[in-house]
Amino acid sequence: MAFFEARDISISFGGLKALNRVSFQVEEGEVFSIIGPNGAGKTTIFNCINRYYTLDEGTFVFGGKDITRARPYAIAAKGIARTFQNIELFKNTTVLDNLLLGRHRHRKTSFLSEALFLPWVRKQELRNREKAEEVIDFLDLQAYRDQQVAGLPYGVQKTVELGRALATEPKLLLLDEPSSGMNMEEMEDLSYWITDIKEELGITILMVEHNMRLVRKVSDRVLAMDFGVVITQGETKEVLEHPDVLQAYLGEEGAATRS
Amino acid sequence: MLVEILQTVLSGISIGCIYGLVALGFVLIFKATEVINFAQGEMMVIGAFIAYSLITMLNLDYWLALLITILALGLFGMLLERFVLRSLIGEPVFAIVMLTIGLGYAIRSGVSMVPGWGTDTYGFHTPFTDKNLHYGDLVISWEQVSVILMTLVLIIVLFCFFRYTRMGIAMRATSQNQLAAVYMGISVNRVFSLTWTISAALGGIAGILLAPFTFVHMNMGFIGLKAFPAAVLGGFGSIPGAMVGGVIIGVTESLSGVYLPEGWKDIAAYIILILVLMLRPEGLFGIQEKKKV
Repeated sequence: MAFFEARDISISFGGLKALNRVSFQVEEGEVFSIIGPNGAGKTTIFNCINRYYTLDEGTFVFGGKDITRARPYAIAAKGIARTFQNIELFKNTTVLDNLLLGRHRHRKTSFLSEALFLPWVRKQELRNREKAEEVIDFLDLQAYRDQQVAGLPYGVQKTVELGRALATEPKLLLLDEPSSGMNMEEMEDLSYWITDIKEELGITILMVEHNMRLVRKVSDRVLAMDFGVVITQGETKEVLEHPDVLQAYLGEEGAATRS
Repeated sequence: MLVEILQTVLSGISIGCIYGLVALGFVLIFKATEVINFAQGEMMVIGAFIAYSLITMLNLDYWLALLITILALGLFGMLLERFVLRSLIGEPVFAIVMLTIGLGYAIRSGVSMVPGWGTDTYGFHTPFTDKNLHYGDLVISWEQVSVILMTLVLIIVLFCFFRYTRMGIAMRATSQNQLAAVYMGISVNRVFSLTWTISAALGGIAGILLAPFTFVHMNMGFIGLKAFPAAVLGGFGSIPGAMVGGVIIGVTESLSGVYLPEGWKDIAAYIILILVLMLRPEGLFGIQEKKKV
């Protein structure tokens, strides 16, 4: 049984079929990338997993359980974390506080136990703090630890968002265009982190990404889609060199070389 | 002279605390849901009437009545959110604001229809009634001091709640970024529900505290019109701002009532408000949202 599975998922907005019977399986411990031109429906898949939208048809299965109709906040509790294409951080707080908020699902306290500050509450707080510090070390965020997020450079904010997702200790991590807006150096770092997240932390990654260099470097398997349907899926190299994929990308690639 | 000023300021602070509590109700709901609840003043009306019934009709102890009123109003706020406001999530904000105005009218009329409440004016005894502190010429009424002390306790409790507890932190996170909060595993429905519970309870407490000063009447909720400038003054969205704004308006009002000609008292709050907004449009404690272009 697959670790995460999308079975024949479909959703329409008005007359537009944004997703049309899309199916794929993500195996535990791999990096699975979804590629495709703008408007292909990649982010829509994430938004459906997160229950921002509700599927018209099809199911998501995660860890053997149907999560198609789970409540939006319950998705996080099941161990699925995500980052956003456009950053969604708690802007008026520090980097550390953002990471600590990632620990929300691991805090199991009530008003009473908090008011009494029982020993186990204290222990839990320490554990949360420790975990946040681990993430800071992992992503080299020490320099920004106590700074307000709002004033940080874009690339750093993206990293903080990745950190917050890691702080939730997810089993499955959804990355929505993690490299967009990053400079070359930040992107290099990102590719190493993604590999480390997979290998050292053992977290399975489902990624939507435009940058083919990054996709080629970190992905185990790739799914290519356009206009809401799957073009092909399989081993990274095969998919990236598939004639239909090249065809779908040709317009964009051509435009890129010209400009 | 000095004694008179001191007494005026003190009574201003105590009424200002009540404005602040009502303003806090506005601010909490606004921060979490971006809705301005114009029925906040009516929470006070219900609170005051419930307390009046418990104390005068059932002869309950003041503190017990206070506790029951807080719980009752909390429950009322929770039900209001669950059965009225939740169905409007996703509708335009102005529609929801209009609804709260309607709720305010409905509550006021509802109160006037309850047997034993009606449109008359009532009062009830508190443990502080007719008790004074004397310092030389200075006479301070316990009623005023009790309002200030109880507000202080409430503020400390709320501060700890928002600073340290799991739910309090979740509420602050939600007010900053709802989408991100959901994906951290925070139930926004629960946050909204708790916000309305706390705001309604605060309104109830404000009603009980106000009762000795203005008496219990179906129109006592109009004090919300003074609490609103208090909230704006503090920078709508700031919790300490709401309290400071309330106290500033309370003191200004009280001083102008004593030292300025008749009529100034009622407009003083708005003059201060206009001045502050001219000099600091974001309010005293407001954070100016900077937009990158």
